Amino acid sequence: MSRNGPAALAFHALFIAFILAPIVIVVAVAFTPEGYLSLPTNGLSLRWFRAIADYPEFVRAFRDSLWLAALSSSIAVLFAVPAALAVARYRFAGREAVLAFFMSPLMIPHVVLGIAFLRFFTTIGLGGTFIGLVLSHIVIVMPFALRLVLAASVGMDRAIEHAAIALGASPFTMFRRVTLPLILPGVVSGWVLAFITSFDDVTMTVFIASPSTITLPVRMFLYIQDNIDPLVTSVSAAMIFLTAIVMVALDRLYGLDRLFVGAGR
Amino acid sequence: MPFLELQSLTKLYGDAVAVDGLSLVVEKGEFVSLLGPSGCGKTTTLQMIAGFLEPSAGTIRLGERDLTRIKPAARGLGIVFQSYALFPHMTAAENVAFGLEMRGVAKSEKAKRVAEALTLVGLAGLSDRYPRRMSGGQQQRVALARALVIRPDVLLLDEPLSNLDVKLREEMQVELRQIQRTVGTTTILVTHDQGEAMALSDRIVVMNRGRVEQVARPTDIYRAPASTFVANFLGKINVLPAIVTDGVVSIGASRWPAAGTTTNGAASVSIRPERIIFSESAGLAGTVKSRIFQGHHWLLHVATNAGLVAVIAPNDGRAIPDENAEVHLGWRADDMALANSERAS
Amino acid sequence: MSTAEITGGGRTPWLLAAPALLLFAGIVVVPIVMTVLLSFHDWGQYKGIETVITLKNWREIGTDSYFFEIFLRTFRIAVLVTAISVLIGTPEAYILNRMASPWRGLFLVIVLGPLLISVVARTLGWALLFGSTGLINVALVRLGIIASPMQFLFSETGVVIGLVHVLVPFVVISVWASLQRLDPQIENAAVSLGASGFRVLRRIVLPQVMPGILSGAIVVFTLAASAFATPAIIGGRRLKVVSTLAYDEFLNTLNWPLGAAVAVLLLIGLAAIIVGSNRLVERRYAQVFR
Repeated sequence: MSRNGPAALAFHALFIAFILAPIVIVVAVAFTPEGYLSLPTNGLSLRWFRAIADYPEFVRAFRDSLWLAALSSSIAVLFAVPAALAVARYRFAGREAVLAFFMSPLMIPHVVLGIAFLRFFTTIGLGGTFIGLVLSHIVIVMPFALRLVLAASVGMDRAIEHAAIALGASPFTMFRRVTLPLILPGVVSGWVLAFITSFDDVTMTVFIASPSTITLPVRMFLYIQDNIDPLVTSVSAAMIFLTAIVMVALDRLYGLDRLFVGAGR
Repeated sequence: MPFLELQSLTKLYGDAVAVDGLSLVVEKGEFVSLLGPSGCGKTTTLQMIAGFLEPSAGTIRLGERDLTRIKPAARGLGIVFQSYALFPHMTAAENVAFGLEMRGVAKSEKAKRVAEALTLVGLAGLSDRYPRRMSGGQQQRVALARALVIRPDVLLLDEPLSNLDVKLREEMQVELRQIQRTVGTTTILVTHDQGEAMALSDRIVVMNRGRVEQVARPTDIYRAPASTFVANFLGKINVLPAIVTDGVVSIGASRWPAAGTTTNGAASVSIRPERIIFSESAGLAGTVKSRIFQGHHWLLHVATNAGLVAVIAPNDGRAIPDENAEVHLGWRADDMALANSERAS
Repeated sequence: MSTAEITGGGRTPWLLAAPALLLFAGIVVVPIVMTVLLSFHDWGQYKGIETVITLKNWREIGTDSYFFEIFLRTFRIAVLVTAISVLIGTPEAYILNRMASPWRGLFLVIVLGPLLISVVARTLGWALLFGSTGLINVALVRLGIIASPMQFLFSETGVVIGLVHVLVPFVVISVWASLQRLDPQIENAAVSLGASGFRVLRRIVLPQVMPGILSGAIVVFTLAASAFATPAIIGGRRLKVVSTLAYDEFLNTLNWPLGAAVAVLLLIGLAAIIVGSNRLVERRYAQVFR
């Protein structure tokens, strides 16, 4: 690969600055010692991080977001594994259609999904409930879970499963002792990506959340509509830190570029 | 009593015939190779024996049992796959133990048999190694041990040596044969490498387009190929046009006595390149067009008025004709196989 | 033996996929169908939703210029965001591709990482940067580029910038994927035949990367057109786009049928654009890449 010239590197530097600017500013403001929006030019302070404790609604929203993300990711993965195995292993009529169907939530704007779920859940009596929220999140995270589990299933040497069968393993034993351990990295990455997608979602969730079932991003969104103060920046900064940790872990486990680019072709 | 018997085994994919009514009888302890070019149906046949593919017609019998409808997990055959298919998340010992686990063998007995199997294939010290830390040759041996430890009735090998480099392949061939003789398991090998088939087998089944061309011992097949296809597939062969007149075969300007009964008229003569010698004056005249040194022997192509003839001369210090030299080619009359042109296959 | 897939398989693949299929049929197909139906219902401030079939909402959207303006603005924003994202995302992907090993991975994580951060947090940053006393204006005034602070917040410009930030990683991903599939020897071949750097880019690299650029553009366009959080935060209540309009109708005015009609129109419009562009891309590039 030939090197990049100075012009290219200058462009690149500007691009990176552009990408990092809003994130850096949020984190910077979060550390301000002042009582209003300002840069921490007079020194760093954790006051706004401590202040989060004074706002139980943020803490509760955070906890609810975690539960929601964990539940919907786990259930999505549970459904995705057999579906991925079906698509990876068998070439059956309708396979393309089935795959497209599972990937369809990616193509439907979250606004539309939010409205559709609002109408649906209200009609069947699940309006504003946690269950409704979980169901809707399962839908939007499923494509991510499926894509990664599928990539792992496809990448596995099928002959290994045949070897297990030839040695006398039942289908279930083969799955438990051979297939599952081998696709596990894909399953775990799929779960993590699903978790993050669920945790971060705001556009769809804002339609179906209710005062008793609010997620953290929605809580923040509603708060920002009225005023922007350092509190919301410290919450954001906390979220960014957590995401950064998960991101590094995910990169180590799987590779971020493989996650976004190479998976599920 | 035949040990393994395939009766009219057939596999159709729509209108395409992959295997066409293949019948074969394998004796207990025999080493049989299915040999042929890609697409000849040898792997399909093996897959049917293993149970991963359902035959369109025909049966597979193992002794008294009819295997045809039995699921692969219940057939009790040992299989070594082309890619070895080792379980990457298990050590060599765990891989080998897997089949025993499925059969519920007791722990101590299992450990003993695993150790025996690994020693048999020469990997006694590698029991705790993972596949990705092993060379291709070592992986192949683990795969073999895994298949043999369950004491299968039949061992199926799907081109097991094709991923190894040449030298290793030759070594493994010798070892494979020794192991098979030691254990005595009936073995079926699928390969496209005629050298491998000849080196390992008690009998070779030469296949072409789903059909069996010939089944015989390696030396017999080589000496007396049943068809042009078999002749060309095993070793090199020269096929020269000839005319038979009253017991004399004329090839170009040379004359040869005809062995056996022949009818007069146009015919073709097959002669192996290594059976041809350079003689002073008698024989088929020609000019050396090219000579290629191949270490153990020389390969020469001689232009004659019966066509281009390939000659293999051993590198044992004898004089080898130069390019453009005028030579005469001679051979023993019974090294020559004669076929009448109308009957030519 | 068989590393290939099993053809057919009978009932097994369907049995395996059944749970997920049923789940999806239940909670994807049904709600969408219900929403479409909802768009045909009537609504009144006191009577609420009336489950009749009427074209009232559709007529309203079709005739009232208020709606037309909003759809036009959304379209305009989406086009701008797509164009800018492609213009800056493509070269960045190319530059990244040419970097040496530790930097390449690092910067890829920096560029793609923000996708894992909630859009609220990212847009909050822009809200802080914009504003008359925001950093950007302060810097621009200090540098003498402008005389008085520019209006970023609550302006289309601000929304466009914010959306570019959120969506440009998708262009980078798409172009990066295309670049990975390139045979580096092709560039060398062109150079050996006498082509200079820029020529190589234009005649050799760009045509091969085009499908990646186009599919990235499609993704960005759809996401920009249906964006909610960023326009809501930066654009404010007065600068409406289609998504915030739907939100308004649903959660403020409570005219669900009208909101549903807006959403369905967005869905249809985007579906048409996606399918149309995909077909265009395939037809244009099929012979090169099949």
